[in-house]
Amino acid sequence: MAKDISTGYEPLVSIESVTSGLAEVGYISTREISTSVFLAHGLRKPILIEGPAGVGKTDLAQSLGRWLDLPILRLQCYEGLDEGKALYEWKYGKQLLYTQILKEKLNELIGSADNLSQSLGKLASFEDLFFSEQFLESRPLLTAMQQPAGSILLIDEIDKSDEEFEAFLLEVLSDYQVTVPEIGTIRANVPPIVILTSNNVRELGDALKRRCLHLHIGFPDAARERLIVQARVPDVSQILLKQLVSFVQGVRETDVKKRPSISETVDWARTLLLMHTTALDENFVRTTLNVLLKHESDIAAISKEVPRLVREATGPDKAGRTSSGYPELG
Amino acid sequence: MERTLTNFIRALRSSEVRVSTGEALDATRTVALIGYGDRSLLRDSLGCVLAKSTEEKDIHDRLFDLYFAHSKSLTDTDSGPSEAEADSDAPQSSPEDLVDLLQSGDESAISTALERAAEAAGIEDIRFSTQVAYYAQQIIKQMGGEALQQRLLEALQGREPGDEAQAQELIDIRRDLTMRARERAERAFDVFGAGETQQFRDDFAAEKRLNALDRYDMERMKGLIAKIAKRLAVKHSRRRRKRNRGQLDVRRTMRANAGLDGVPFNVIWRQKKKDRPKIVAICDVSGSVAQYVRFLLLLLYSLADAVPDIHAFAFSHRLKPVDDILADNEFEAAMVKIIRELGMGSTDYGQAWSDLKVDHESIIDRRTTVIVLGDGRSNYGDPRADLFRDVAQRAKSMIWLNPEGRALWGTGDSAIPRYLPFCTQMSHVATLKDLERAVDEVLSAYG
Repeated sequence: MAKDISTGYEPLVSIESVTSGLAEVGYISTREISTSVFLAHGLRKPILIEGPAGVGKTDLAQSLGRWLDLPILRLQCYEGLDEGKALYEWKYGKQLLYTQILKEKLNELIGSADNLSQSLGKLASFEDLFFSEQFLESRPLLTAMQQPAGSILLIDEIDKSDEEFEAFLLEVLSDYQVTVPEIGTIRANVPPIVILTSNNVRELGDALKRRCLHLHIGFPDAARERLIVQARVPDVSQILLKQLVSFVQGVRETDVKKRPSISETVDWARTLLLMHTTALDENFVRTTLNVLLKHESDIAAISKEVPRLVREATGPDKAGRTSSGYPELG
Repeated sequence: MERTLTNFIRALRSSEVRVSTGEALDATRTVALIGYGDRSLLRDSLGCVLAKSTEEKDIHDRLFDLYFAHSKSLTDTDSGPSEAEADSDAPQSSPEDLVDLLQSGDESAISTALERAAEAAGIEDIRFSTQVAYYAQQIIKQMGGEALQQRLLEALQGREPGDEAQAQELIDIRRDLTMRARERAERAFDVFGAGETQQFRDDFAAEKRLNALDRYDMERMKGLIAKIAKRLAVKHSRRRRKRNRGQLDVRRTMRANAGLDGVPFNVIWRQKKKDRPKIVAICDVSGSVAQYVRFLLLLLYSLADAVPDIHAFAFSHRLKPVDDILADNEFEAAMVKIIRELGMGSTDYGQAWSDLKVDHESIIDRRTTVIVLGDGRSNYGDPRADLFRDVAQRAKSMIWLNPEGRALWGTGDSAIPRYLPFCTQMSHVATLKDLERAVDEVLSAYG
């Protein structure tokens, strides 16, 4: 892969550089994550990220964009999403307006024509004007193809879109090109790094899966979660950080309907900070449990466990573990 | 090295990880990018390129560990192919080298030699566990086992004082070699053969009569049913909407084009809404049919993703809903409970229809498919075909799954001919394949 054109992807030289680069913008990566980003660039394949909600799937794309200083094009999928919303649309209004203006000139233009076929021929030569890029409203997918230095294209929650849309994505994802019938094929000079996320609402088609690298992001281990919370909420004290993370890890081990994700841990850390908490105590935990858990029944179930979990979290055993294996934050 | 990778991909394919040619090429490019140096990095990378789901990733990781278990020396052999080639001819001929090698305790040299022998023996063709012994023999032969054997015989027949000790030593070496070769062959079977053997057994189990299954098969059947359920769910959870081409939806078109001066640039066609499948299963749980019920219910409840609306009733004498029992208990325990509570009376289809009509008629509506699983043997009681007709007319369709073959319908106390006219379909269900087909047809009717 010879690189004559300068692209925004140059920092992606090795897996280590991906990890440290992402850490610079506050995203604590694992080696699996960094490897797939590296491979996505190396093999020019999209990454399909699966995993529970709130573990940083979307955030990876955004951090990548921030780090590489590339535009992030985000396409949120939903049922009924179609090409018009994802790819391009003709600016009908503008076309209409131009037609109105041209109407007055029309007589002058075709006045010289002798018969119907001649005037039709003259009209046809204008038709192309109306279907040119001037009247093309580009949507995220097309915009991503047109970025001169590359871009990060985030196709969020692909599982929520219809199968038709999924099939339509195939051309975009495998060839990095888009076909507009009236104009022709638009090919990306520098293909975007594509990140698709899925919450597994429905099973994705094999054809789509085959075109992507597969990455599963699960809940982080304690060490990584501590780093993440620290990166997001830098003011939190070390003692509280250790305690709250090990509390959340404890909650995840219990049988709750919706296990708290990283974003909830971060929210909780912010809440505790606002309340000027310095160390976990049962009452604080009980009153702020609704930040961490989203189901009434979960809150009720965990409330009973609070004394045990707090005791475990504040105990000396788990909290003392070092966070080796992950990059330290500067 | 290409060969290492293609063999690995072959092993993955035999374990039901579908790897396309394109992905195999991607894997080659990945290796070019990453190299073989860092084992766990290679594992992460290949997993991300080759596996397409979490389950596949697990299979991949397991196979990767098995397959690359030997290749501690991978990079060494890679770096000097010419040297390796020169080596490979030498050790086979001379038993001394083999003895020296095995006695040296140099694990990496031994495993390199073992690998080379295994490759020469064509180990990647192993398919069945019964072939393990054969391939172990082949590996020993490739390593020069015959010469060793010869030496051993000479030592045993020899009369010199040192011979006996030497013979003992050679016996130990031979045992060591055999064990290593066998272990290598077993590992190769796990990598290349286990998946296919599994596949073969699965296919066999799917065609076996359901009531002829023994306990050992039951575990396999559970996995199999989960697989079938997933297949059906994928097939039928897609395509909920269907475009009714050619019929303009005037209202929505006008609204969509209001901003364009009412000029209909965007035309919107009417869409047909599809009904969500709704299934009511009515199961005869008397002794002769209970085994079939188990599989039908397990399959139906595994389909919860595609068909959220499932209700089950069981009867032998009186009919009762069993949804709660199935929801509250683990499946096996639930089945035991159902059979204990409902399966003891003498079978009475007439009473069942009457119970259904009196207590639960409202559950059946025009989008419901009623699946009856039973042999229709009502102990000569009144079959109440009139009630059955009412139920069938309320429902979208009435599917009867009969474990008895067509030839037996209507013989003895079978009331099947009385019910047959009101059934949308009556089919003979004996194997898991039949069951899958029947449920597939039911779901397709909502397409």
